[in-house]
Amino acid sequence: MRKRKKIQLGIGLAVILGAIAYIVFGGLQQAVVYFFTPQELLAKGTAVQGKAVRVGGVVEKGTLVRDPHTLKVSFTLSDGKKSLNVLFQGIPPDLFGEERGAIVEGTLQPDGTFRANTIMAKHSEEYKPHKDGSPPDPKEVYKTLLTGDRR
Amino acid sequence: MTAAIGEISAIAALLVAVAGAVSSAVALRTRNDRLVATSTGAAWALFGLVTVSAVALIYALVSNDFSIRYVAFNTTRRTPVYYKITGLWGSLEGSILLWIWMLSLFTGLVALIHRRSQKEILPAVLSVMFIVSAFFLLIAAFVASPFQHLFPVPPDGRGLNPLLEDTNMLSHPPFLYAGFVGLTVPYAFAMAALITGKLDENWIRVTRRWTLMAWLFLSIGNLIGGWWSYHVLGWGGYWAWDPVENAAFLPWLPATAFLHSVMVQERRKMLKVWNLSLIVMAFSLTIFGTFLTRSGVLSSVHAFSDGPVGIYFLSFLGIVLIASLALLAWRGDALKGQPQLDSLVSRESTLLLNNFVLVAATFTILLGTIYPLIAEIIRGVKVSVGAPYFTEMTAPLFIFLVFLMGVGPLIAWRKASLDNLRRNFLVPGATALVVGIIVAILYVRDFYPLLAITLCTFVLATVVFEFYRAIRARNRIAGEGALQALSSLFERNQRRYGGFIVHLGVVLIIMGIAVSMSYSREKEMTLKPGEGVELGRYYVQFQGMGAGEWPTHFRVWGNFQVFNQGHPLGVMSPAQRFFPIQQTPISRAVIRTSLRDDLYLVLGGFAQDGSHATVKMLLRPMVTWIWIGGVILVLGTLLAVWPFGRQGLGDEED
Repeated sequence: MRKRKKIQLGIGLAVILGAIAYIVFGGLQQAVVYFFTPQELLAKGTAVQGKAVRVGGVVEKGTLVRDPHTLKVSFTLSDGKKSLNVLFQGIPPDLFGEERGAIVEGTLQPDGTFRANTIMAKHSEEYKPHKDGSPPDPKEVYKTLLTGDRR
Repeated sequence: MTAAIGEISAIAALLVAVAGAVSSAVALRTRNDRLVATSTGAAWALFGLVTVSAVALIYALVSNDFSIRYVAFNTTRRTPVYYKITGLWGSLEGSILLWIWMLSLFTGLVALIHRRSQKEILPAVLSVMFIVSAFFLLIAAFVASPFQHLFPVPPDGRGLNPLLEDTNMLSHPPFLYAGFVGLTVPYAFAMAALITGKLDENWIRVTRRWTLMAWLFLSIGNLIGGWWSYHVLGWGGYWAWDPVENAAFLPWLPATAFLHSVMVQERRKMLKVWNLSLIVMAFSLTIFGTFLTRSGVLSSVHAFSDGPVGIYFLSFLGIVLIASLALLAWRGDALKGQPQLDSLVSRESTLLLNNFVLVAATFTILLGTIYPLIAEIIRGVKVSVGAPYFTEMTAPLFIFLVFLMGVGPLIAWRKASLDNLRRNFLVPGATALVVGIIVAILYVRDFYPLLAITLCTFVLATVVFEFYRAIRARNRIAGEGALQALSSLFERNQRRYGGFIVHLGVVLIIMGIAVSMSYSREKEMTLKPGEGVELGRYYVQFQGMGAGEWPTHFRVWGNFQVFNQGHPLGVMSPAQRFFPIQQTPISRAVIRTSLRDDLYLVLGGFAQDGSHATVKMLLRPMVTWIWIGGVILVLGTLLAVWPFGRQGLGDEED
């Protein structure tokens, strides 16, 4: 191959590489979803209103209400410090329930409730049966909180 | 007792691995035949000792030896024997033992198969494999030993996560490990080529079957993972871009690139550095994947524990990368002066583009996978990268790859003439165009699925066209009938024609993915008995609830009568399973499969008195094509690697 061709090829590759890097980083910036605890989210307040975020915590005992006909689900999600009212419509995943860790993805509404469009429950392999009925330690739950997810 | 045997043999294996690494390194320098024999013996001694250790663990699992922590955590007295044995890879410690078991087997096989033909480089190969073995044994013996004691001894074990009690799920890890471990062989040969300075195509030719087998295992592992996700997890999807899935998929990409680019080196003596780099990349990604899934840096559906192994894997990854790159740099001069690309319209440039796309996909997925870690380390924020990033970024790459898959195998080497292009691509191109237009008029208007279908048709047409021409040619030359011609094609050039079959499988998989991703529909409804709901061509009517006791759990199911445009198709009964150890039920989806679409029902909830049930219904077109394509891919690869006996290991010509 002649030198000129080599340079052409080099420039071509560099342009393609640059374009790909630009697209990838741009896509990454858009696709990134921030993860907060209820306390962090409520502290941010209006700064995150309307933005898609993820919130993780434990579903508080006695707060889970499901209407089988409208499929509306409401519960409060807590990190042991603050509680967040969450509204959802649909079928929550397996392993979702009171006193269990869950992550919700959605937006914080102006009235302080959180409208979730996705609920992710923990599929931790190291699940622990709670025979004594004590609620899980939020810290323990956070250890298993997902960064990746299903459903 | 069992624990002691297992532990001692693991430690002995570690010593043997270190001794083997030293003796083979010395053998390489001194060319002492007896030392070479010692190293070969060490490989089999290693395999023997690891086997003792693994069998000890299996025995402990089967005999309910709950004084061993691993056994108590991975089985119960109720667990069927089958699941007890597979508990070997139920969590971290056991799976590392399985890994090293496979690695020691492969080391022994390499020593056996290549002891004569590769006498010159075998000591270097074995040395590299012993070092990798030693690393894993170090972990198995001292860092994450499966033989740790538990005191007081519990009366019963805790058992596996019920989600993992599934035949497919249990065959998924061994396949993946076999793929990961298999990549060690071409990596070791590549390093041996660098160490000994024998930088010709020998190492590639020798490891061809090894690489293909590793690639096959990786492919099967990933396909089974998708199958399990689709059939067991009950969310209706087969791939979530979960970090753990990505970790298993990442080495597959450079391994695929490698399988293609070695042809350029064999044929044109080009891309020497590139091929070495690809195999380093693939091997490093297997270690990286293990780090990612086993260190607890990401927790997810498969994340096993916050074990102590993370730092070891990361250090080992660093060592691998530095050592490999140093060797590459050291031999840099010897690798220079290769022939250059003649034309951009040629087979080698198509293969180069294929590599470029696959490596770009690797980095795109890698970046998305580790970005949350980087963001947490650098900015202290917790973020996640959603599936849309991965789909949107990689879809164009994979679609381009389909195009290359049609062009690559037929375009001429060096420089394709206009005549060559016309002869090979006019008919398939026209076919694809016609099919694309018909599909566009009848069904599909969206850009990506339409492009994917058109290009997939193009590849299918090139494959069919090529077989047709080749069979016709053999018919003319040798007077063979169609079937006989077909078999002699595979016999004469099994890699090429096996490769075509693999491409066929990949095309079906991509069609299935493209269509099912673009045209799925779903509905969630609560129904009273007698009520029904329509979804596409189906009508689903709730009839009532049922319940019963199963060996491991209590099961509640809903009966749904399904109609296809008025014709009853039978009853589907999605269920919820109540395991004694779980607080919430695990649902069991029911799928009605056809070539056209899958109807997927999940029981979301029910009233105890049976007065209503909530059901989630998904209509996913052409998912079956993915599994069919997967089977064809496996068959094609087997056709490409199967030793038909005509030649020795790896000597066919393109």
